[in-house]
Amino acid sequence: MRDSREKASTSGLSARRVFAIARKEFTHVLRDWRSLTLALAIPVMLILLFGYALNLDVKNVPTIVYDASGTPESRDFVRLFGGSTYFTFVDRCDNHRDIARAIDRGRAMVAIVIPTDFAECVNAGRKAEIQVIVDGSDANTGRLVTGYVSAVGLIYYRNLVVKRAEQAGGGAVSMPVSVEHRAWYNPELRSTNNIIPGIIAIVMMVIAAILTSTTVAKEWELGTMEQLISTPVRVQELVVGKLTPFFVIGFLDVTVAVAMGQWIFGVPLRGNAALLFLMAAVFLIGALSTGFMISAMLKTQVLATQIALLSTYLPTLLLSGFVFAIENMPQAIRAITYFVPARYFIAIMRGIYMKGIGLDVMWFNALLLSLWALFMFALANRKLRLKLD
Amino acid sequence: MKTESTDIAVSVSGLTRKFGNFVAVDNVSFDVRKGEIFGFIGPNGAGKSTTIRMLCGLLMPTSGEGRVAGYDISREQEKIKKQIGYMSQKFSLYADLTVEENINFYGGIYGLKASELKARGEWVIEMAGLTDHRRSLTGILSGGWKQRLALGCAILHEPPIIFLDEPTSGVDPISRRAFWDLIYEMSARGVTVFVTTHYMDEAEYCDRIALIYRGLVIALGTPQELKTERMSDEILDVRCENPHDAMDEIEELACVKDVALFGSGLHVVTPDASLAETEVASLLNEKGYGFDAIGRISPSLEDVFVSLIEEADSENDGGGTMREARDA
Amino acid sequence: MDAIRTEGLTRRFKDLTAVNRLTVNVKRGEIFGLVGPDGAGKTTTMRMLSAILTPTDGSGWVMGYDIRTECAAVKDRIAYMSQQFGLYTDLTVMENIEFYADLYGVAKKGRRERIDELLNFSYMHPFKRRLAGNLSGGMKQKLQLMCALIHTPEVMLLDEPTNGVDPVSRRDFWRILYRLLSEGVTIFVSTAYLDEAERCNRIGLMHEGELIAQGTPSEVKKLMRGRIIAITSPEARRIAYLLKSELEAVSICIFGDSVHVVTDSPEKTSVSAGKIISESGLSADSIRSIDATLEDVFVSMLGEKRASAGAEDEN
Repeated sequence: MRDSREKASTSGLSARRVFAIARKEFTHVLRDWRSLTLALAIPVMLILLFGYALNLDVKNVPTIVYDASGTPESRDFVRLFGGSTYFTFVDRCDNHRDIARAIDRGRAMVAIVIPTDFAECVNAGRKAEIQVIVDGSDANTGRLVTGYVSAVGLIYYRNLVVKRAEQAGGGAVSMPVSVEHRAWYNPELRSTNNIIPGIIAIVMMVIAAILTSTTVAKEWELGTMEQLISTPVRVQELVVGKLTPFFVIGFLDVTVAVAMGQWIFGVPLRGNAALLFLMAAVFLIGALSTGFMISAMLKTQVLATQIALLSTYLPTLLLSGFVFAIENMPQAIRAITYFVPARYFIAIMRGIYMKGIGLDVMWFNALLLSLWALFMFALANRKLRLKLD
Repeated sequence: MKTESTDIAVSVSGLTRKFGNFVAVDNVSFDVRKGEIFGFIGPNGAGKSTTIRMLCGLLMPTSGEGRVAGYDISREQEKIKKQIGYMSQKFSLYADLTVEENINFYGGIYGLKASELKARGEWVIEMAGLTDHRRSLTGILSGGWKQRLALGCAILHEPPIIFLDEPTSGVDPISRRAFWDLIYEMSARGVTVFVTTHYMDEAEYCDRIALIYRGLVIALGTPQELKTERMSDEILDVRCENPHDAMDEIEELACVKDVALFGSGLHVVTPDASLAETEVASLLNEKGYGFDAIGRISPSLEDVFVSLIEEADSENDGGGTMREARDA
Repeated sequence: MDAIRTEGLTRRFKDLTAVNRLTVNVKRGEIFGLVGPDGAGKTTTMRMLSAILTPTDGSGWVMGYDIRTECAAVKDRIAYMSQQFGLYTDLTVMENIEFYADLYGVAKKGRRERIDELLNFSYMHPFKRRLAGNLSGGMKQKLQLMCALIHTPEVMLLDEPTNGVDPVSRRDFWRILYRLLSEGVTIFVSTAYLDEAERCNRIGLMHEGELIAQGTPSEVKKLMRGRIIAITSPEARRIAYLLKSELEAVSICIFGDSVHVVTDSPEKTSVSAGKIISESGLSADSIRSIDATLEDVFVSMLGEKRASAGAEDEN
C-alpha cells in the first residue's frame, strides 16, 4: 500500500489541481438540473422577457392635430405623421381649448399645433415652429414622442430639400451634421437596438454573480470545505478552478445573447465581434469574481445568493444607463454610476453594436472595466480563506 | 376506533415504507407490551427513524399496518398524538428561549391548563436537574441537560407511550447513564418506552429488542434470548500481544469462522470452542505471541449483531452490503 | 522527532475556551486515541493539528512543521478525516477518489494500482461507480478514509471516524487502520467508543478542553482508585438499584448486562454483594473481581471532576 514515497511537488501552483477543481465543478453543474437551468435557460428567458416587454418604443399614440396653417405644405406634413406607426389621429380641432379637453380626458396624449405661418416659413427656408403638446403625466412616453416629432420634422425637411434639389436640377443642400448623425445610428429610432446590448450586460452580471455566489458557500454548508482545505490546495487554485466552468458557461450565455439579438430581435452588430467578446470576457471575470467573493465571505448559500442578486441586479438595471439615461440623473446619483461597472460595459457594447467604434475611442471605458475586473478577482482571492476561523 | 384494552401498546404488521426505489422499512412486524422498554437497535440509516416517524403519525406507511395505543397509524394520527410523547434525534428545543420558556411553549402546544402546566413544569425542571438553570438560555446548556429537557418537554402531558429517537447520540457516557436512569423511572411508573439506539451496550438495558438492518428486522427478543438462542457459534475471548497481527493468523485456522478486535482483545467465532481453544493456543505459542488468557465466553450483543448482519448479508444480495462486497 | 507535538495549545471562541493549554506528543508509528465527551475539545484539537484552524495560543508541530506558519508543509504530510462527511454526494466513489488524488498531486503512473488496492482492501470495489450520496454510513466513512489515504500520508488525523457506523463496518475500518500502522503511518484518532480507545498505543482523556490523563491504556487504568467487582446477571438493572441502597461502595454502575461495583476491599464487597442479591431473591450468573475497563476509568474520573466542579449531581 505504501509503495512509493515519490510525490509531485506541492509547493507551487498546480495546473492539475486547477483542472481537477474545474472538472469537479462542471460535474456538479451537469448533475444538478437547477444549476443547469439557471446557467442556460434563465438567460434566454431574461433576454426574451426584456427584449419584448421592455420595448421602450411607443406605438399608435393617440394624437390630435390643430392645423392653423391649412395649406398644402401643412397637410403634407400632417400626412407624414399619419403614415408613421407611432401616431394615430384621433381628432382635428381648431383651438387650444379643445386640445386641453382631449388631453385631460385622456382621448389624446399628444397634440400637434401647426402655426399659421408654416407654409411661409417652409417656402422661405426659415425654421417653422411646430408646437407639440404632450401629456406630461407619462414622462417617458412624453420624452419619446418629442423625439419622434422632431424625427418626423427632419424627414419632412429632408424630403423637401431633396424635392427642391431635384427641381433645381442638382446642387445638394446639406443639413446640420449633428442632427443627421443621430438618425444614422438608429434610423428607425428603435429602442430594441439600444436595449439588447444593455440586456446582455444585465444578464451576464446577474447570472454570473448568482452562479458563483453558491459555489463556496455550498461547500461550507455541506461540510465538504473542511475536508477540501485539509489538502495542499492553494487559494488561487481554488478560485481559478471554481471560476473556470462558470466562465465557460457565461461565455456561452454571451454567445447565445448576441445570436438572439441578431436573429430574434434583428439588432445588427456593426462593430468588431472579437472586441465585443473580449470585453464580455473581461466583464464576466469581474462579475464571476464578485459572486465568488460574496460566497466566500458569507458562507451560507441563501444569503449569498440574495446579496449577489440585490447588489448586482438593481444597480446594473437602474444606474448603468440601461433604462435611465445617466445625463438625466441628479448629480449625486450620477456620481454613484461611476462605481457601477455595467456603465462602462454598456457604453462599450453600445459603441460596438451601434456605432461600430473600437478601442481607439472607448479605451478609457475599457481600461476602467479591466481595472474593476482585476480588482474583484484579487478581492475574491483575498476573501477566500482556507481556515475554519 | 379504539380497540378493546389489551396489554399491547404498539402493534405493527407488515409495515413498509418506500422512498422512490429505496425501501427504508421492509415488511416489519412486532408488538410492544405496555410498560415495556423496547429497543430498536441498528446502525445509522437502517430504518429506525423512519419506523418511529410512522408510528408517531408523522409519516404515512407505503403498506402494512400499525396500531399505537389502539389507534390506527394511517388513519387516526391526531388521536395517536395525544397518547404519545416523541423526542426526535435533533432535540427540537429553541436555543434562544430559556428553559422555562421552552417548557411553557410545549405545555401550550399540548394544551395543558395553567395549573397543570405549573406542576408539570416544576416536575420537568427537577427531573432534568435544571433547578439552577431555569432562566438560562437553552442554547448554552450542555448536551446532557438539553437531552433531559427535551425528554421532559416530550412528556409534559404525561403520555402513556413515549418514542425516543436516538436520545443518547452524541452524549457522553455519564450523561447516557443518567438518561437511562430516567427511562427506567418512567418504565417503573407504567409508561411504555420505545427507544432507538446504535449503542450495543444500551441494547442490554432494554426489556426486549429488535435488531433492524437495511430496513429488515433481523432479530427480535430479550437480550438474553438473542445471546443464547440466535447465536449458533461460540465465542472465544483471546488476550494476547499484538492482537491485530495475530488475528490474521488465527483467521487462517480451519476451525475459526471469524476473528474480530474486541476492546483490546480478540473475539474468535467458532462452531467448536474447545477445539478452537487448543488450536489457537498452540498457534500463538508457535508464532511467539505471548498471551494472557484464552477462554470461552458468552457472546456480547455486538457479537450477536455482527453474526446476524453477516447472515443477513449472505442471504440477500441487495446492493451495498459488506458480505456482498467480499464475495464479489 | 515526534510525529505530533504540542505545547500549551489553546483555542478560544469568544468566551469559550475549547482547548486549554494542551500539551501532548505522539511518537512516529504510534496510534494515539483522544477520548472525551462531546464538547471536550477533540474536534478543535484535530482541526488545529490539521492546520485548518489557527490556535489562539501555544504551538504545535506535525512531522516537525509548525502548524501556524508552515500550513502547506503540514497539509502535504497529513491525511485528515473530518467528523462530518466531507465528500461530494453527487460524485461517484471513483470521481471523489480521483479528485483527491489530483489535489494531492498523486502521479498518474501507479495511481490506478493504488486505487484498486484501496478499493479491494476496503471491500468497496463493487461500488466504485455509485454516487457517494447513495452509500451506507459505514461505506461513506471508508470512502472518506480512502480519499485521505490516496497520497500515502505520514500522519493521519481521524475525527470520530466510526461514530454511528454499524459494528461490521467498524471492524473493517479498524483493520485498515492496523494495516496502515504496520506500514509506519502515525495515527491520531478521536473516538467516543471506549472499546476502540483500548486498542490504541496511548490515549489522552479530554474534558472541558483539558487533557486530564495521558498514557498507555494500562497506565491510565492505574489512575483509577479501588478495584472493580463485576456482577453479571440478566437482572443487572434491578441488582444495581438494590445495591445502591444496600451496599457501601465508591460507585455502582451498570455496564451492559453487568453491574460494576468500585470498592477498596474487593473480597469483602463480593461476599456482601452476593449475600444481598440472594437474600432479595435475585440471581447473578457470576460475581468476580475484574480489571478496570477504560469506561470504568472514564466514568470514575469524569464523575470526580464533575463532583468537584459541583455542577451536576449525576449519581
